[in-house]
Formats: sequence, C-alpha cells, structure tokens
Amino acid sequence: MEIPQMVGAGLIVIGAGIGLGMIGGRAMDAIARQPEATGKIQTAMIIIAALLEGIAFAALFAS
Amino acid sequence: MRKKNIFNFFLGGLFILVSMNNMNGQENEHNDEAEEHGQEAHATAEEDGAVNTKEGIKEFVDHHLKDSHYFSFFADGEAGEHFGFPLPVILWDNGLKVFSASEFHYGEELAEIDGTHYKLYHTKIYKTDAEGTITYDERGFPANEKPLDFSITKNVIAMLTASLLLFLFFWGLARNYKKSKIPTGFGRILEPLVIYVRDDIAKPNIGPKYKKYMSLLLTVFFFILLLNLFGLTPLGINVTGNIAVTFGLALITFLIVQFSGNKHYWKHIFWMPGVPVPMKIVLMPIEILGMFTKPFALMIRLFANMTAGHVVVMSLLGLIFIFQNWIAGPTFFLFTIFISVIELLVAFLQAYIFTLLSALYIGMAVEDHADHPDDHSDDLPVV
Amino acid sequence: MWKLINDFSFGLFFWQIAILIVLILLLKKYAWGPILNSLNSREEGIKDALESAEKARIEMQNLKADNEKLLQDARAERDAILREAREMKEKVITDASEEAQKKADKIVAQAKESINLEKQAAMTELKNQVANLSIEIAEKVIRKELSDKKEQHAMIEKMIGNAKLN
Repeated sequence: MEIPQMVGAGLIVIGAGIGLGMIGGRAMDAIARQPEATGKIQTAMIIIAALLEGIAFAALFAS
Repeated sequence: MRKKNIFNFFLGGLFILVSMNNMNGQENEHNDEAEEHGQEAHATAEEDGAVNTKEGIKEFVDHHLKDSHYFSFFADGEAGEHFGFPLPVILWDNGLKVFSASEFHYGEELAEIDGTHYKLYHTKIYKTDAEGTITYDERGFPANEKPLDFSITKNVIAMLTASLLLFLFFWGLARNYKKSKIPTGFGRILEPLVIYVRDDIAKPNIGPKYKKYMSLLLTVFFFILLLNLFGLTPLGINVTGNIAVTFGLALITFLIVQFSGNKHYWKHIFWMPGVPVPMKIVLMPIEILGMFTKPFALMIRLFANMTAGHVVVMSLLGLIFIFQNWIAGPTFFLFTIFISVIELLVAFLQAYIFTLLSALYIGMAVEDHADHPDDHSDDLPVV
Repeated sequence: MWKLINDFSFGLFFWQIAILIVLILLLKKYAWGPILNSLNSREEGIKDALESAEKARIEMQNLKADNEKLLQDARAERDAILREAREMKEKVITDASEEAQKKADKIVAQAKESINLEKQAAMTELKNQVANLSIEIAEKVIRKELSDKKEQHAMIEKMIGNAKLN
C-alpha cells in the first residue's frame, strides 16, 4: 500500500466513522423520544448503516 | 447451569488454542515458498518454523483468508508435519485433469500431470516450466497461465458440509411438523428464525408477493449464517470472506431482481416519472449504475466484514506470539474472546443484512405503485 | 482491488453457484414448502380458534339474553296469572257475598212473613182461646150470677160495655 492510498483509506474510515456515529446517535435520540418505535428505528438504522458500510468498503477496496 | 457455562467457556478457549496450534504449523508452507522465491524470503519467519514475527503473522493471516487445496486441522511447524488431508484437484486445461493435492506436497514440489507442470503458489495453481519458475507482472502478481481450477477445495467442502447440515436441519423440521404442530428439539431454535425471516425480512420489504421469494431468502440467510459461524470455528474456514463466494451470492440476487422487475421498475430506471425531461436524462445513467452497485455493495459488504473479522481475530492471536510473555498472553487471549463474541454478532448481522437488502431490492422491483407514479416515498423501505 | 481480482477463483464461484442453486431447489421441495405450509396452517388454525371462541362468546351472550327474555316472559305471565286469580277470587267473593246477602234478605223476608203469619195465627188462636176462655168464664159467671136476677142484668150490662171496648 502506497502512502496516498493509506491517506485515502484513512479519510474513508474517518468519513464512514462520522456517518455511522451520526446514524447511531440520531437513532438513539429517536429511540429515546419514542421508545415504542424501537424495532422500526433499529431496522431502518441497520439498513442505512449497511448502505453506508457498503460504500465505505467499496471505496476502501478501490483505493 | 453455571457448570455448563464454565464448560462452554473452556470449550471456546480450547477452540482458540487449537487455532493457535494451526497457526504454528501452517507457517512451514510459507517458509518453503519464501525460500524458493528469493524476493519474498525476507517476508517469512526464522528457521525454527514458528510464526512469531510481524511478517510471518501477516503471511499466515493472508493465507488463512484464502482458499486451500488441503484440509489441515493443525500442523507441527518445527517438524514440518501436517495433520489433515489433501483434497482432489480438478483442472480444465486442454482436457479434464483430476489428481490429489498431495502431489504438490504443500507447495514444495511441482505436480507433473500429462507432461504439464503445475505449481501451487499461494493457494493458486499455475502452469510452470519444469523448474517451477514464476514470472511476475507489473503489479507484482504472478503472470503465469492459470488453468481453470474446479478443485474441490476447502471452501467447497465447507459449503457442501453446510448444505448437508442445512438440509438435514430443515428436512428434520419439516418432518417434525407432520408429527406435531409444535417443533421439538433443535427445531425450536430454527422455527423462530424462519418466522423472523418471513415476518421481519420478507413480508415488510417485498409486500404481498413475498411467497415466491421465500425459498431464496431463507436458503441464502441460513447458508450465509452457517458459513459465517463455520468461520468462527478453529477449522480455518473462511468461505463468506471469499470474494468468489460473495460474488456468486450477489449475482443470484442481481439476477432475481432483474428478472422479477415489473414495468414500473424499468420505467424508474430508464425514464424516471415525475421529474423534468433533462433530469430524466441525467438520472438514467445513475439508475443504470445503481442497478449494478446494489449487488456489488452486497458482495463487498459481506466479503469485507467477514475478512475484517478474521483479520482482527488472527492478528490478536498473532500478538500473543509476538510478545510471548505472561502479560500479553492473557490480555490478548481475553481480547480475542471479546472480539470473537462480537464476530458472533456480526455473523448473524451480516446474514440478516444480506437477506434484508436482497428482500429490499426484490421489493423495489416487484412493487406496485401505479396509483402514485410521482410519489417516491414508497420507494423507501417500509420497515 | 487488483489483489481481489487476482484472488477471484472461477472454480469456487462455479461450485458456489451450483451448490446454492441445488440447495435452494432441494430445500424448497423438502423443507421450506412443508415448513411454511404447516406454519401457515398452524397460524390459520390459531386464528380460526380465536374467531370461533369469539363467536362462541357472542352466542353465549345471545343465549343469556334469550334466557333473560324467557325468564322475564315467564315472570310476566306468572304475574298476569296471579292477578287474574286474584281478580277472580275477588269476583267470586263479591258474587258469593251478594248472593248470600240476597239469600239472607230473602230468608229474612220469608222469616218476617212467616213470623207475621204465625203472629196472626197466634193472635187468632189467642183470640179464639180468649174468646173461649171468656165464654167459659162467662158461662161460669153467668151460672153463678143467674141465680140473682138483678145481678144478671148488671152483669149483662157490664159485659156489653166491655164487648164494645174490645
């Protein structure tokens, strides 16, 4: 792995981390606000996290 | 109850110990390869044959992630002995060639079949000359010609085992229903999973037409789940962390989605309703690209998650052998257990996500939204 | 990326597709079909059982209402019968008492009449007796008085005077 690729991979991980953190945080907020909708929120959260993860992995492997 | 827990704990520990043993042994293989190819000689371990350097562990982990033509349980690196069995090699190279992988002697020797020399180099079979020379391309990968390798490798054995187990489990469950309305024994674990896949994955995402896709979703879910769980055993199997396997899984999803797409689906791709004409032209290539990126993301996600999990577990185990003292050993041992538990969660989660997203994509393709062509809110997952 | 492409094994891909498709077909025939069918039938059975229980409950309620109605009817009928009986009783009593009154009146009237008749008869008899007695007395008196002429006349005079009084 060359240096630019490493930097790129780091940036990807930072971005993905921020994104996952926001998804998780907002989902927690939503669950706290509406505990009865926990199941739906979790499913939606996992789907979006999975999509984000897919993009992040694709970028990592492309780098 | 408590006794049982302790027993399980020790069982888990035993698995990890066996993994370590495995690690000690397979190193020999790399060592020999490395010696044969000078440019990699620096990359592998010392003469005693134990994996306790950074490069050696990296090599070992790399090897573990790949498929293998041997099914080795563990090996004694110092004595150069392997405990396992070779698997049949099936090559298509101007005719079918079938022989045992034992001809390769764990990569040490060339196999000469019908006058052609084959070399096992980093778990791949290449055609070489009589000396076993490997030439490299500009990216550093072997440039030798590769015969079509239909070998029954370790991953194929694992898939066959998983399929057999799945068939036995669910055939048993199906027969169980003939005797009583309520499953007994192991079926009590399987039935809620089946109901979960049906009620929480298929029904809300596909809609009323879910029945047609239940066989696919259930099979894919349990297939991935079982292979993920196989990956956590010390047998050194990494099936779902193999790009060819995930490519196959994603390809099936892709084909099913395309073939079950109704006219709304195709209209959404080629001529997006409800947006101005210039936008339609811009959206068309994006949507066509989206057709392929969806299964591509499925493939990469499963592959990367399982590979990453294996790398983390193996690296933590490798750290024990790098430090080799009484503080690092137990610490990394506990770390490994912790990560293994997380990997158990990931095994379920990835099987769930793969099935869920497949269902979602199928749902998008078969959905009826004739009454509101402009309303895209129902494109979103209804969960 | 190139590492991944280099790692791609067509043989493994081939076996994977083959195994998965065979597995899907086998499981569809031998496992998922029967399992999903029996799950569905079980769920439908539960639904049916719940529905029939609800139906039975409603029926029970209807039955109870019917019973209540029957009971009410019976009670009303009983009340009516009782009232009728009471009325009849009262009527019978009134009729009886009226008749008795009438009879009593009749008896009293008859009694009065017979008393009157008896009285008259007794009166007549008394008169006759008195008359006889008086004749006897008179006979005796006369027999005794007739011995004296003067006295005879006096006597006759007296008697005639008395007779006028009577």
